[in-house]
Amino acid sequence: MDSIQTTVALERVLLGDNQFFGVNHMSEDKARAQFIRFRDDSSIIEVLDSAYEAGVRVFMCTTHERVAAICNHVRSNPDRYKGFQFYPCMPYAHKYADAVTEHGMIGALKRFLPEQGALSALFKGGMSIATKDMEGIAQLLIDAEMKMFAGLSTPVIFLQNVVTDLLLGLGFGKAFRMFADHVTRSYGAEPGFITMNMPRLLDVLEKEGISNPIICASINKKGFRMCGGVKVYEDTIATRKFRPVAMSVLASGAIPPREAIEYVCGQKEILSIVFGASSRANIVETKRLIDEMTYQG
Amino acid sequence: MVRLALIGLGKMGISHLAILNSHPDVKLVAVCDTNAYVSSTLNKYTGITVSSDYRQVLAQGDLDAVVIATPPRFHGEMVRAALDRNLHVFCEKPFCLDPNEGAELAALAQARGLVNQVGYHYRFVGAFKEAKRLVTAGVLGRIHHVRTEAYGPVILRPKGASWRGQKSEGGGCLHDYASHALDLLTYLVGTPDHVGGSVLNRIFSQDVEDETYATLYFPDGMTGQLSANWSDESYRKLSTKVSIWGTNGVLSVDRQEVRLFLRDNLNGDRTLNDGWNIVYTTELTDPVWYYLRGEEYSAQIDHFVGCIETKQPETISPFVSAVATDRIMAMMLEDADAGMKLTTRRRPQQDRTIARRPGILRRMKALLV
Repeated sequence: MDSIQTTVALERVLLGDNQFFGVNHMSEDKARAQFIRFRDDSSIIEVLDSAYEAGVRVFMCTTHERVAAICNHVRSNPDRYKGFQFYPCMPYAHKYADAVTEHGMIGALKRFLPEQGALSALFKGGMSIATKDMEGIAQLLIDAEMKMFAGLSTPVIFLQNVVTDLLLGLGFGKAFRMFADHVTRSYGAEPGFITMNMPRLLDVLEKEGISNPIICASINKKGFRMCGGVKVYEDTIATRKFRPVAMSVLASGAIPPREAIEYVCGQKEILSIVFGASSRANIVETKRLIDEMTYQG
Repeated sequence: MVRLALIGLGKMGISHLAILNSHPDVKLVAVCDTNAYVSSTLNKYTGITVSSDYRQVLAQGDLDAVVIATPPRFHGEMVRAALDRNLHVFCEKPFCLDPNEGAELAALAQARGLVNQVGYHYRFVGAFKEAKRLVTAGVLGRIHHVRTEAYGPVILRPKGASWRGQKSEGGGCLHDYASHALDLLTYLVGTPDHVGGSVLNRIFSQDVEDETYATLYFPDGMTGQLSANWSDESYRKLSTKVSIWGTNGVLSVDRQEVRLFLRDNLNGDRTLNDGWNIVYTTELTDPVWYYLRGEEYSAQIDHFVGCIETKQPETISPFVSAVATDRIMAMMLEDADAGMKLTTRRRPQQDRTIARRPGILRRMKALLV
């Protein structure tokens, strides 16, 4: 039943990418200012370098088209980024949502299936659409999203929360299994799931036979974007078998860093913490705080 | 338990389906869409049965309410059919392309005591709720001007096959984007009684406007400006903002934060200071039982369900206020028409868009499906 191997050692500290692409849950102006600040790929690489120097070894990033340039850079400088890993999060949902608005549901689907020269992929895509073979379509979409990471280390591949939570709401639990099977078989990676509905998702993943799953969820002492509430989250983390990755730890800046990290590190079952930072000082300080609180025991 | 049917499985319909499906007090009795492909795929993977005839769906006797998420052209007919069967109705925005029809339906729902709501979800965003509270408390003094804006990246090139690009279906930047900005305007400061200088420009679309602007005149002398553009790629997604100027201060609000500058804290509200007051969404957002794309989408459905359960027909976004928004849009269309007649010779860009033939690959793919 359970074909997922649970062997990956998750890195403790992960650098996220919201800050690079105009996502800030607190202020649209700040998000826009950051989007402008990171208009050049080199400015993103500079932050990545600061993170690497501070000992951060994972970039957890969406499959935003600009990440492709970052991938190229890391691929071209293997010595400089020894041991560096990507945790891709797919899909970058806005491009799909915008396409649905513009082209309708089926039109959008057709746009994202592979085009370039691969007649067989085109045919497979066409057939998959015609026979409503969601597994075939999903595999092609995953492969398209993974292209930019070719040759790089991607030990964990995440499904973005918009898609995870939509499938969860629709009751399409089998899709999680399809995703898990494909990333395991084709990429030797472990599946991860990003969600705002962690306890509910864990129930469904268990039902689908995905045991001890990697789940990335908002975890902060304010209960921001934690459906079910702080208490249910704390109990779920303490008592159930899964590998939690905490995001939105600072609740977009609403909680002071020390207090925020103390809360997350206080829950020993939380394996990883993903954070977004734009300056060297912030990266160093966040990493230092996590290390300090982690080793306090 | 509220027994509910959903009509329409487009982008909003699918999102509503996920939210309704996970609501603890909702029993989803029926789902309806005319797209056989979407319907049978959904059925194949989730077991949900989808029928194609909405009248049949409404005719089954065990329904309390219906959520209508079809293109706007169908709203009037479907809402009437639902109200005739004494069903509570949640209808997507914009409400009705003909405001007179909308007004009739609002009156009908009210006469029958049925819960009625339109999907203007920004009214359920913490920051806009807080702005409403501040404006109602009168902290700004006499309001004399308001600006409402909506920008985002929907139509970025001259193609596209969705109903949103067709005027007859209720597509276009005015009904899709500007409606949100105008609804927030009516929610926060009231309804203008006439409009001027309305502009509906095409940028990429062939059949609908991609940007729209207008000056709004309120009965008490207050003025407003609307600015909406759905071909602005510098925004990651729809971004809506309202700025309000009063004799005692200025308030600016978007979905993330409220920024209030007060000259004098006249009301003695202890949470407010003279000068700048900033409140962020993280402080203003109430938790929801299930999250998809934003708390407001779940919150509006929860509010609708709650109003049915407590037999309270007055919702936060009722038909009657959506009709007010529809009326502003109708006034703008009329005003823009009149303006265009005066300036036709100065508008050559209207005819520049050239229809592109589909590429060979696209035509091949079309043959495959």
